[in-house]
Amino acid sequence: MFATNDWKKIIKELSIPLLAISSAFIIGTIVLLATGYDPVSTYSSLLKGAFGGVNNISDTLLEATPLIFTGLAVAFAFRCGLFNIGAEGQILVAGLTAAWVGTWSGLPWIVHIPLTLIAAAVAGALWVFIPAFLKAKLGVHEVITTIMFNYIAFSFTAYFNLKILAEPGQIQTPDIEPSAHLWRLSSLWDMHSYFNFGFVIALVVAAFIYYLLWKTTIGYEIRAVGNNPDAAEYGGIDSTKMILLALLISGALAGLGGAERTMGLYHNFRNGFSPGYGFTGIAVALLGRNHPLGVILSAILFGALTNGRDYMNMLAGVPVDLVTILQSIIILFVASDLLFRRLLSYKSEGGMEE
Amino acid sequence: MSSILELKDITKKFPGVLANDQVNFDLNKGEIHALVGENGAGKSTLMNVLFGIYQQEAGEIFYKGQELDIDGPQDAIDLGIGMVHQHFMLVPTLTVTENIILGDEITNNVGHLNLKEARSRVEKLSGQYGLDVDPDAKIADIPVGMEQRVEILKALYREAEVLILDEPTAVLTPQEVKELYKIMDFLVEQGKSIIFITHKLQEVLSVSDRVTVLRDGKSIGTVNTEDTSEPELAEMMVGREVLLEVDKKEANPGEVAVEVNDLSAENNRGVQALSEVSFEIRKGEVLGIAGVEGNGQTELVEVLTGLRKPSGGQFKLNGEDLSASSAREIKEANVAHVPEDRHKHGLVLDYNIEDNLILGYHHQAPFAKGINFDFSALEEHAEDLISEFDIRPRDNKALARSLSGGNQQKVIVAREFTMDPEFLIASQPTRGVDIGAIEFIHQQIINQRDDGKAVMLVSAELSEIMSLSDRIAVMYEGEIVDILDVEEATEEKLGLLMAGGQI
Repeated sequence: MFATNDWKKIIKELSIPLLAISSAFIIGTIVLLATGYDPVSTYSSLLKGAFGGVNNISDTLLEATPLIFTGLAVAFAFRCGLFNIGAEGQILVAGLTAAWVGTWSGLPWIVHIPLTLIAAAVAGALWVFIPAFLKAKLGVHEVITTIMFNYIAFSFTAYFNLKILAEPGQIQTPDIEPSAHLWRLSSLWDMHSYFNFGFVIALVVAAFIYYLLWKTTIGYEIRAVGNNPDAAEYGGIDSTKMILLALLISGALAGLGGAERTMGLYHNFRNGFSPGYGFTGIAVALLGRNHPLGVILSAILFGALTNGRDYMNMLAGVPVDLVTILQSIIILFVASDLLFRRLLSYKSEGGMEE
Repeated sequence: MSSILELKDITKKFPGVLANDQVNFDLNKGEIHALVGENGAGKSTLMNVLFGIYQQEAGEIFYKGQELDIDGPQDAIDLGIGMVHQHFMLVPTLTVTENIILGDEITNNVGHLNLKEARSRVEKLSGQYGLDVDPDAKIADIPVGMEQRVEILKALYREAEVLILDEPTAVLTPQEVKELYKIMDFLVEQGKSIIFITHKLQEVLSVSDRVTVLRDGKSIGTVNTEDTSEPELAEMMVGREVLLEVDKKEANPGEVAVEVNDLSAENNRGVQALSEVSFEIRKGEVLGIAGVEGNGQTELVEVLTGLRKPSGGQFKLNGEDLSASSAREIKEANVAHVPEDRHKHGLVLDYNIEDNLILGYHHQAPFAKGINFDFSALEEHAEDLISEFDIRPRDNKALARSLSGGNQQKVIVAREFTMDPEFLIASQPTRGVDIGAIEFIHQQIINQRDDGKAVMLVSAELSEIMSLSDRIAVMYEGEIVDILDVEEATEEKLGLLMAGGQI
């Protein structure tokens, strides 16, 4: 996937996130000591919860899967200079769509699974279509519109779920057909994790996004628009088309995350379907430096933190809020990456004449 | 004459670069001292050291015989050193007086602004130095030449004794340049001292008393202006003999390639910027477009390259109407374009050289097959052009951002000139480019002409227009006021036309 001279760049790219993560843990230690908890047992129980056995690892990866999709969604749009804050809405609408298409009976799995995945991806893309169109044609800022579409999605999916699809008295849609289930590792292994094939799909999709962005003319044009819209226009690139395309693909990526939740984990759509996967995806993309590989790694980190925090709470008695603090500090440090770089290079940076 | 400012053995390092290497520079009281050198020679670094923006690693600064430790621009200003930047730092919506006092306002105890007193001081200074500035005019309403005088006033208001003028002529018409020279002479007569930074050698010769040449961060030497010549200075700057005149044979124009009829366009604010412009360019001919910047040249180029929709008129290339075509369609009709602003339009700075060398052609063979790139074709293309056009560093993967201005321009020139264009539009092709590269780019333009291409050259440098063009069109307020053959064009005639006059 990478040429040797790319590795240097990768290590360089990794240094800032790693610095941010370790700083966050150091500050977390101070917080623990100040509040009278034992950092060693806290962190070891966090680690145990996240990676201490096949079951725990599976749960971590299960938790990471939707974050890979939403992280990719945010990162992909960002490469075109766009902020898709609407991944949360897109994942919900797509999850609901998958829950509906998944109930269609009489289809063999070889048809039903791809059909459900595609339906969810299309739903995610459609959900961002209006913001994308407004942005591309009229320059309406996509941050505002995608946020607003989240609110519409919350109410829209709740209505369809409770009023139309769910049985009376239920807060969830009927279960999807087994032919639309994503294969779970628990069918092979004696485990209780719902870790499923969706993770593999996420990895394949990430590889495809890498290929699309860096190996094709489409990616060249999308990144050119993101880097320098004027130069892109000069180069005959139709930025309207690229903005539309980038946001639609972004919406489809978030939509696949919703499909995985429905088809692999819940087997239906329910209240509280997403505990903020779309929003966390922004953080995942940021920490992953908008690169597919970075997104995978940072999604796994966030999955591990989420998954480990209950163990930490049970074994060390530390409130789960500590994990929220850790996550926040990591984001803060990554976001201030620019600040760090400026501080480091302020006096030493070349003031060469052009 | 006594020295007022002396920079001794200044050394300033940046990671990997010795920007100033034991540079010496001294300024006498009451002289105009030109500081010349190519881009990256260390002129700005030296001035930034003087202004306390950078701290030198070694060397001393003496001002009026005392050693200085300058810590930031405010220190320098307090000492009486004033700088007029190449890009004016004025607030367009404020008046001249308000701009001049900005940051140094006269107030009473409770912070109430005393504009009346400020205004009278500005008026007095303006009269004293013959600057002819209206203290009540809004910056947005005054011409560029006056904006520059406001910048000079700003420094004088802060009681500057040493004035640094950084490339002051770049934005002026020939007449305004002459005005500026007069003002400089006048300032010197009144006891001010001037450091004049430029890379235009003719200017150096016509206005300065002494010249210091920098090259690769070293001071090559200081000479009296009357004892030197243009070729000598050029050689000092570049380190080898430089061809100042373009080696150009008689043009051999063929049939008409480009036809522009009554072309009109609006600018970004919806104001008519181009009014019914008409001209023809033959194959094997260079048409120069002269004019002070902002008289419709930018809009003309944008319309011809599909970046702006015309509001009327026609543009045909070899009989094919391209007035309504997109930027890509026009590129595919073999119109090449070296844009005036290489950072804004010409390059994606975060792309490497290889990727920039295909911008606009990236979707075509041999670079792409379907949506997939042929990376070996990209590499081969980049390697060929890097060696043919001597782009440095010789590294396909170097980011455009990391290149010097001259090399960035070479990347664009290489890309546009090698795609076998029918019509070549070069807009300010040598702006901010050093002499060695200018020579090369000029030669490339002439080679294209001799290959039978139609060439349109837009430039704010009259000398460039006059040495490369076969015919010269002068633009003023969105119109082509006249088209002259190069033989009958003189700097005076062009200058007059550029300012809206008649000949």
